[in-house]
Amino acid sequence: MRAALVTRSIDVAALIAEATDHSCGAVSVFLGTVRNMHEGKAVTGIEYKAYDAMAVRELQEILGRAHERFDTGHIVVEHRLGFLGLGEVSIAIVAAHPHRQGAMDATRYAIEEIKKSVPIWKLEHYADGTRDWVDPTRAGQPVEQAAYFAEVVG
Amino acid sequence: MAGEVPVKALLFASYADAYGSTEVPLLLVAGSTVGDAVAAVRAKAPTAIPARPLVALNERYARYDEHLSPGDEIALIPPVAGG
Repeated sequence: MRAALVTRSIDVAALIAEATDHSCGAVSVFLGTVRNMHEGKAVTGIEYKAYDAMAVRELQEILGRAHERFDTGHIVVEHRLGFLGLGEVSIAIVAAHPHRQGAMDATRYAIEEIKKSVPIWKLEHYADGTRDWVDPTRAGQPVEQAAYFAEVVG
Repeated sequence: MAGEVPVKALLFASYADAYGSTEVPLLLVAGSTVGDAVAAVRAKAPTAIPARPLVALNERYARYDEHLSPGDEIALIPPVAGG
């Protein structure tokens, strides 16, 4: 298992090679990429920032839980920080497992958990020259994070 | 001074932009909680940060009733958007 924040391009092939070995019959890869539209506004790129030490700790804890749930330690995640242009990979999660179900479940679990708790933020740059921090808790967005907030803050 | 608790508050993303700073040194009274630290940060710029932001204490999510020790680092966490 390995979790890292990086400021260079993510080498997906290298992560696949790192995650798998001959005990694994399945490898699942999730990639997050920068898309060109958000809430009707044309996006030209996204700047990612993190609370680095805590983000790495949270990523490691998520991988630890994935390991327990899906019985695979063959899981690697890299999240990129800095400015990314359209189509660039912002996150890669690779899970390998003896069987496909475990591999796919582990990647799905990891990205959903990362969305809820890892302190990383994105500043979208728009075609009209404006910028805005993305707030997934705003109306119309998934509510999982808001529920998580309420539970933690108490 | 005895009985004072120096802590560091970190601000990120939208909170840092609205507040105009990424780090706020605080000097709190003994027995202060995470909630007291949040209130102290907000007192300097009440409109920059919502009333009950998510908070981390020493890199872990924390409840508002947890007590602070000298040298602790708290972080006010805006809605996260990784991935």
